[in-house]
Amino acid sequence: MSTYQIAALGRGSTRLGRLRGLIRGRCVLIVAGSVVAVTVLTAVFAPLIAPYDPNAVDPTAVYQPSSSAHWLGTDDAGRDILSRLLYGARSSLLAPALVTLTAGLVGTALAVSAAWLGGWYDRLVSALLDIVFGFPGLILAVVVAAMFGAGLTVAVVTLSVAYLPFIGRVVRSAALRERQLPYVSALRMLGVSGRRICLRHLTPNLLPLVLVQIATSYGYALLDVAAFSFIGLGVQPPTAEWGLMVANGSTGILAGRPEQSLYAGVVIVVFVIACNLLGGSLSQRLLGDNR
Amino acid sequence: MPEHTPGAILEATGLRKTFGDFTAVDDVSLTLTPGASLAVVGESGSGKTTTARMIAGLEQPTTGTILLAGRQPPGPRARTTERRRFAQHVQMVFQDPYTSLDRHQRIGDSITEVLALHTDLRGSARTARMTELLEQVGLNPQQAISRPRSLSGGQRQRAAIARALAVQPRLLVLDEAVAALDVSVQAQILTLLQDIRRQTQVAYLFITHDLGVVPHIADEIVVMRQGRVVDRGTTTEVLDRSQHPYTRALIDSVPRRGWKPRRRPATPT
Repeated sequence: MSTYQIAALGRGSTRLGRLRGLIRGRCVLIVAGSVVAVTVLTAVFAPLIAPYDPNAVDPTAVYQPSSSAHWLGTDDAGRDILSRLLYGARSSLLAPALVTLTAGLVGTALAVSAAWLGGWYDRLVSALLDIVFGFPGLILAVVVAAMFGAGLTVAVVTLSVAYLPFIGRVVRSAALRERQLPYVSALRMLGVSGRRICLRHLTPNLLPLVLVQIATSYGYALLDVAAFSFIGLGVQPPTAEWGLMVANGSTGILAGRPEQSLYAGVVIVVFVIACNLLGGSLSQRLLGDNR
Repeated sequence: MPEHTPGAILEATGLRKTFGDFTAVDDVSLTLTPGASLAVVGESGSGKTTTARMIAGLEQPTTGTILLAGRQPPGPRARTTERRRFAQHVQMVFQDPYTSLDRHQRIGDSITEVLALHTDLRGSARTARMTELLEQVGLNPQQAISRPRSLSGGQRQRAAIARALAVQPRLLVLDEAVAALDVSVQAQILTLLQDIRRQTQVAYLFITHDLGVVPHIADEIVVMRQGRVVDRGTTTEVLDRSQHPYTRALIDSVPRRGWKPRRRPATPT
């Protein structure tokens, strides 16, 4: 082997070397990202890959164990658990996505405008975020559900408000630091309007932080939506949803058939861990955060 | 409304700035005519940057007046149109070239954004003017598509100067504009600034703690200490003939062959 070839190998110019170089230091990002990606794809293509209709009741197949016909068994109504898990990914993933995106959008708008305008508006926004922060999201959701009725819409709207401070407070403090940078002073001196500075300069520079906050909050939002469904105030039966499946399966636990709760619980735990690891990994990559 | 001296681009009179109990600037007066260059020198905490920021409109003086071409700078709550009009009088180049440009904006876009606000140029004419400005500051027009992170400190400072010149200001405040650059790049930027002054008749207010660079850029010097002007005159007068002990101490502290630094007695408070 020539010196050139050895040097080229050292630089990782072979296909294997390049692959190793790509994976090195990114294992967590790749594994967590793959879990999230596979779950999202599962949700999208559920109608194509689910073996049964998730709501198809079969009284002759109640609490069936795992078999070639029903890989994960059936629930108390004879419904295929695997199909319900696959379809359940849709509402289970969509609701927290709506929660975190709404909280991210509104929280960023509030945070950047408060940091930019300062004064009484900043104090008002900060006080409102602090008040919401001090109020447990689930309690807030229960109160709102008691007033407007149960359902996924109420859960999403209430949790969006409850998640505002998690994104708003962090983005506000970053926006305050950002607006002290000389480029912002330079833009003001150049006569660029405040709105343009906020929309075209501050917000794009804060976007990596917002994305990290959304990714980190997503797992917690999924848990909250699942908990909301678990207590019967979120998604209503017979819709397949992971939190609701954990609740429905609780009767099976007493009957010695814990599969439904167990599988739904495992899926929630694995997905939330993947989201948190992805958020932490993105934080390291996008923000240089080595905590 | 304070009285305006015809022909003066900058008239700052009796400037004073306090932060709580601390007086950062006290009774500072400066005058600049078009095409002139005035260096404000002093050690850290002497109030030179605060003076520059007041003149640039980034700080409000506690007392005193500032007139730029006979107009008072807009206040902190001024409307965008008023700030935009004021931008054509004064621009500022900041010390840190790494944070004075938006890190997500391409260099060319940062200049065309300013041209869009301040000129009637459209399309290819605007791009041509942007290219002309990049060439004026010694940047390759191909660097228009670069983001700041792919440029060196000197190149970023050139880009910041090009952006400031896009407004065609009559006064350019250079706040330690070469302090963060290595010596060879400092020399290039100082030469560039001399060329630009000759070509455009822009006036410079050059803020620096480094007396070594002053002869290359300034016609006059103001020496500040503890917020007050303690010495002033032409560059030759101050650097060669000043008898003021603080000015002498500053000159003696410039490193040179055989230089032996002496500890200065503690400043009485």
